[in-house]
Amino acid sequence: MTSELVDFTLVSVALLGIGIYGLAVKRNFIRMLFAVEIIINAANLNLVAFGRFLPHSGGQTLALFSIAIAAAEVAVGLSLIIVAYRMYQNVDIADFRSLKG
Amino acid sequence: MADPVFLALTVITIGSAIAALELRSLIYGSIALMGALGGIAGFFFLLDAPFVALFQLAVYVGSIAVLILFTVMLVKRELIFKKIEDKRRKFAGIGLMLVVMVSLGAVFLDSGIKTITTDEPQVNFRDIGIDFVTYYWPALILMGLILAGSVTGALVLAKREDVENDQRTS
Repeated sequence: MTSELVDFTLVSVALLGIGIYGLAVKRNFIRMLFAVEIIINAANLNLVAFGRFLPHSGGQTLALFSIAIAAAEVAVGLSLIIVAYRMYQNVDIADFRSLKG
Repeated sequence: MADPVFLALTVITIGSAIAALELRSLIYGSIALMGALGGIAGFFFLLDAPFVALFQLAVYVGSIAVLILFTVMLVKRELIFKKIEDKRRKFAGIGLMLVVMVSLGAVFLDSGIKTITTDEPQVNFRDIGIDFVTYYWPALILMGLILAGSVTGALVLAKREDVENDQRTS
């Protein structure tokens, strides 16, 4: 391993920034899910990068759990997109107004 | 200093992440997302975590990206190519992104992370497997239940409309 911990951390920060940008700017439900995926992956990268500096496998195990839970989250998110698309015939979150007070 | 493989992976990952959000077509966007997730898997290889890297490839690039592609295909054609965003929000979003990147980046660069080095040997993936079935077994079972529950919930959610349609027609 020639790269240092700080390099991986900076990549992770850049991905987090891109994800936050996507969540803040995009109004397309599917694109927002992309942004959430990017943020989750930034977190996983941090877990594995910091876990490399531990004597045990804790970081990698946690990253594996995180990936599995993210898969569940995506499945539910995509089915919600399908339901919302059937109801509104659109993927623009500004149109999803049923829960707006 | 960082090695060329690391730099190439950085360019691929960050470029694909930006492309996933900015490409006009959602289909190309989801393929770009696949590139970004694959790049992360490359980083895992660099971090001597081949097991996590292959898990990432199997779960993310293999299944989630395909799931997203299929969902995109269910959406109307004009919605796939339509970009919905306004200019002012976009500038605000870029500002927010830069603030997050610069502030967090400055914190990390200023902290003691730079001086941390390791001579720890690579973690054997056998240890991960042993950890999973010994120390983490309740969490592993819980994770399996959560996955099963969420997938069942997703199926029920996606199927509901069909049931209503049947009731309406009958």
